[in-house]
Amino acid sequence: MKSSFIVTAATAIQSAILNHESELESLDRAIGDGDHYINMKRGAQAIVDMQPELAELTADAALNKIGMKLLSTIGGASGPLLASFFMGMAKVIKEKSNTSLTTYASAFAAGVDSIRQRGKADIGEKTMLDVLIPVANQFTTLAAQSASAKEISLALTQTAEQGMLSTKDLIATKGRAAGLGERAIGHIDPGAKSCQLMIESVCNLIK
Amino acid sequence: MKKFINKVDDILVESLNGFALAHNDLVSLNLDPNFLTRKQKAANKVAIISGGGSGHEPLHAGYIGYGMLDAACPGHVFTSPTPDQMLAAAETVHAGKGILFIVKNYAGDVMNFEMAAEMLPFESATVLTSDDCAVINSTYTTGRRGVAGTVIVEKCVGSLAETGADLQTCKALGDKVNSRTASMGVALTSCTVPAAGRPTFDINDTELEMGVGIHGEPGRRREAMREADAIIKDVTDAILDALKPAPNSEALLLINGFGATPLMELYLIYNTAARLFSEHGIKITRSLVGNYTTALDMAGASVTLCLLDDEIKQHWDSPVHTAALRWGA
Repeated sequence: MKSSFIVTAATAIQSAILNHESELESLDRAIGDGDHYINMKRGAQAIVDMQPELAELTADAALNKIGMKLLSTIGGASGPLLASFFMGMAKVIKEKSNTSLTTYASAFAAGVDSIRQRGKADIGEKTMLDVLIPVANQFTTLAAQSASAKEISLALTQTAEQGMLSTKDLIATKGRAAGLGERAIGHIDPGAKSCQLMIESVCNLIK
Repeated sequence: MKKFINKVDDILVESLNGFALAHNDLVSLNLDPNFLTRKQKAANKVAIISGGGSGHEPLHAGYIGYGMLDAACPGHVFTSPTPDQMLAAAETVHAGKGILFIVKNYAGDVMNFEMAAEMLPFESATVLTSDDCAVINSTYTTGRRGVAGTVIVEKCVGSLAETGADLQTCKALGDKVNSRTASMGVALTSCTVPAAGRPTFDINDTELEMGVGIHGEPGRRREAMREADAIIKDVTDAILDALKPAPNSEALLLINGFGATPLMELYLIYNTAARLFSEHGIKITRSLVGNYTTALDMAGASVTLCLLDDEIKQHWDSPVHTAALRWGA
């Protein structure tokens, strides 16, 4: 992975967040406290502001820097969780010098695992992990089968979408919506939605 | 939205500046990272740090001072503060006996304080407050939310820390007070997060939200508006069910306003709640009525009952000198 790709991805992620303001806001107003969009917007802006600095770094250093910045910028639950993702990913990228798709898949899986540990959550709890865990699993499987980057990005986009939609029928057992009981049913989890958007926008960059 | 605002992005800093100016005999403000400390650093005691999203004022900065907190870390509105704030605050107030974090039980707050504790170069412990009995507790969920009962925890632990008690003793008292405290809130209106610009939830004039959280997150039930006694009876019943107090228990009763309910109504609620609890054989011997843990401009209130023992009573009664609570000092 080159840091130039990370820089491009940051812009793509920011546009995806900004383009879904009303959707993210209304999802969080329904089962949260209405600040998810504002926090994600603030985080994305902070990373875009660092682009010149990131471009000078190695990929693992850039991912670590992004993690630390998100940790001190976003707050809430999303801050530590997304920070853990990027820092978990950075560790694998640093250890493995090759730039194969299997390395990226294991880095992504390590990032998702860091989120799982930090949030003490798992699949089926109406959180971002309902998107991230299926995507990580599929990424690992397809990379092991030597699928092309294009095939993988198309598949992951679809899986992320399905994972996001799957949160609609779940009762939340983690996060702010956990107090709602059955009233959370029928609403997509805002964190799952923003993760799906981020994955989709990065996958769209891969031709 | 109609609020006293210059620019939405400047609300937090302008409000913190105002607070620090108004109480410049008590607190010092540091910006970027944002934290407030006592004006006079305390020596040779456990340093107590709390924090959380803004919008709950006077929680937590209003409780900085002798007999309560050493520092507070305000996050953005309804958003937990970040670890760099806690680390910088801890560096400033650490007085050789470790850091005790008092954290309201929300996923974001827990994670940010947890990461701060992991990075901290000092010994630390954490008291998680979880007094909101509107949320059913379960090992599989995040658990009960921390709400107005947090003020009682901060007051008692703060008092104990002034005596030079060690970190684990302070934590143990905090955990004890929390386990003997239960709260439940009712909202009559929503609140409006300034950056969002519109009410967090829709509620009409004939409805109330039973069990609402202090961020305007929906409670368990939407109910028809009715007379105060009937509303408060549901609240006190939930609290009694959560605490299951023994007959003749002595208790502190806190009626907390959410920001847009007049004191006149809060005292009316006190009148009803005190009567209902005493009908269950509870002796209310301590009280607090006012806006202590708010939810921006929400109309509504919460009822908190804390079951007292001699130790809790002693630390509740001891002198305190903060912007929002002051007696005996």
